[in-house]
Amino acid sequence: MSKIIVNNIYKIFGPKPGQVLPMVKDGANKEQVMEETGHTVGLDNVSLSIEEGEIFVCMGLSGSGKSTLIRHINRLIDPTAGEVLVNNVDVCSLDEKEILEFRKKTMSMVFQRFGLFPHKTIIENVAYGLEIQEVPEDKRREIAQGQISAVGLDGFENQYPAQLSGGMQQRVGLARALATDPEILLMDEAFSALDPLIRSEMQNQLVDLQAKLKKTIVFITHDLDESLKLGDHIGILNGGRLVQVGRPEDIILNPADDYVKAFVKDVNRSKVLRAKTVMTKHDKFDKFDKSATNPSSIYKYDEDTFIEDLVPKVLKDRSTIEVIDKKGATTGYITSDELSVALTKTK
Amino acid sequence: MIKKLLTYLTFPIIFVWLLVVSYNSSKRKPDSVMELFSDPSWLNDWPKWLDIPLMKWINDGFKVFNEEYGIYFEIVNNFLLGAILSLKKFLIMMPWPLVIALVVAIVFFSSGRKLGTTVFVGICTFFIGFLHPKFWDKAIETTSIMIIGILICIIIGIPLGITMSRSNRVRNAILPVLDLMQTIPSFCYLIPGIMLFGLGAVPAIIATVIYAVPPLVRLTDLGITLVDTEVIEAAEAFGASKKQKLLGVQLPLALPNIMQGINQCTMMALAMVVIASMIGTRGLGDEVLLGLQQLNVGKATEAGLAIVLLAIVLDRITQAYGKKIQDRNMPPK
Repeated sequence: MSKIIVNNIYKIFGPKPGQVLPMVKDGANKEQVMEETGHTVGLDNVSLSIEEGEIFVCMGLSGSGKSTLIRHINRLIDPTAGEVLVNNVDVCSLDEKEILEFRKKTMSMVFQRFGLFPHKTIIENVAYGLEIQEVPEDKRREIAQGQISAVGLDGFENQYPAQLSGGMQQRVGLARALATDPEILLMDEAFSALDPLIRSEMQNQLVDLQAKLKKTIVFITHDLDESLKLGDHIGILNGGRLVQVGRPEDIILNPADDYVKAFVKDVNRSKVLRAKTVMTKHDKFDKFDKSATNPSSIYKYDEDTFIEDLVPKVLKDRSTIEVIDKKGATTGYITSDELSVALTKTK
Repeated sequence: MIKKLLTYLTFPIIFVWLLVVSYNSSKRKPDSVMELFSDPSWLNDWPKWLDIPLMKWINDGFKVFNEEYGIYFEIVNNFLLGAILSLKKFLIMMPWPLVIALVVAIVFFSSGRKLGTTVFVGICTFFIGFLHPKFWDKAIETTSIMIIGILICIIIGIPLGITMSRSNRVRNAILPVLDLMQTIPSFCYLIPGIMLFGLGAVPAIIATVIYAVPPLVRLTDLGITLVDTEVIEAAEAFGASKKQKLLGVQLPLALPNIMQGINQCTMMALAMVVIASMIGTRGLGDEVLLGLQQLNVGKATEAGLAIVLLAIVLDRITQAYGKKIQDRNMPPK
């Protein structure tokens, strides 16, 4: 069952969105609508579904509507038309009280510029969600303390956010979001304001946390490498339209249009593609003569290995990679031929 | 479409109605309307009959108002007067060194234990009495009026500012009123104040509130509007209700601006207290007025200096507190 389902969402910003909606539905694009009516199209017929426990990355350039989309999920923004189902409940149908309850219990959010409360200490910041839920003081301090330790910020509890570096502040943001133990985590360009080293460190931390917690995460980014690294599925937005949804390999190997092509042009494919995607299946593999090859130059690799790790072996030792699945059975082979096909840019 | 047309139509209708009313109510109008067409000399000089009888309306209205609701003003008057008198009595009864010590203590703690500011304010306070022994009690009298005035400003101003920050419609309605309050000459409301409350401290407080509340309202509104949208979104994303958002996030973050508003409010209130001496409010302003009337330059200057000192003391107290909050939110790197 899908955790979050977005059905035909439209969002138009401006004084009279309802009057512009038919025009957008008839297929006018963002520029035309802007020129003719002065309204901005935020989202244009976006539909997607996000499975429980996965990281769904929503990618696009600025103005593509990705931040607007994520704010529909917790209804910080109301759609002009369409519905958003979370746990099969239409969030737009909730009244004022229910929506507050829903935000408290179901999801929390991490922000690009951290969104920390400058007048509260780190521990008060982390405990904010619990404070809103009226959890007793000592209990919420205990939970907050645990979350602070989990992100490695012990000893900073009584500092103010402005005294911390950007990376540390975003860890506070993450700890604050996790403190309420939500089912869904919304991350709005959470790592975009950090410098590359810290960013990569935070990405690894998120991957580690996710391996333990198995939350449903919606992650917004404009960085393709980040989305490929984190995403189980990736949705690419352009001008408010969802142009492609798929697994990282699908996006790289079969870009849906020129926009996506331009995006994936310069990506390091060896870090994204896995052995099982590029291998030739063992029943179709005929060039390989077991007797002619030195057995010591055959290496066995798990099918989920990124081909980055295989490249040196194949190119340097002229060896052949035997791809095996989780049970140890051979599923296919990779030689320099397979690699050269996989690593060649699509024209 | 029709609704819009109606709104546009209302204004010409009101205008024509005003023209007719002003013509009809004037005593110096021509014998018949036809004369206006046969004799166009009224186009040269502004005709006497082209005059909205606003003065008469206000005077009549005020008279009725005074007769009908005077009793309520009496109650307000007694209440405020009682508050001022008891505050004044209390402060005057206290030995003066104790008052100075109290001021010093307030500055010390509100500024976050800054020694320089504290000593400076202590010296300023001492010099108010040092300039002329008579000034001590007068300064206390002025301060009592101001404290009550500022309290009323806070009670009115901050909620008004909050309401403005929440709705553009309310803001658009209130902004011109604030402009009016800041630009209308103070004597225009000092005089009706006297008629409603009698001479003395109470009309001075009312005038003070009218004059000093606009900056507080504006800065409260500004302070709340300026709070980082991402921080507000963060509170909303955690399911904070409007009240939790306001009390837990918006007001604390707007506090430096609100304190600036209270500071401005204090300074303007002090300026008004001097003007109010002309309607018989006693205090330091009273001394300035007396010096001027007697052409006693020394006396007027002395009293003027005492007012400046009082201003410095009050300014430092309110500033220091705002600065302390600011530093906590944005500590210098």
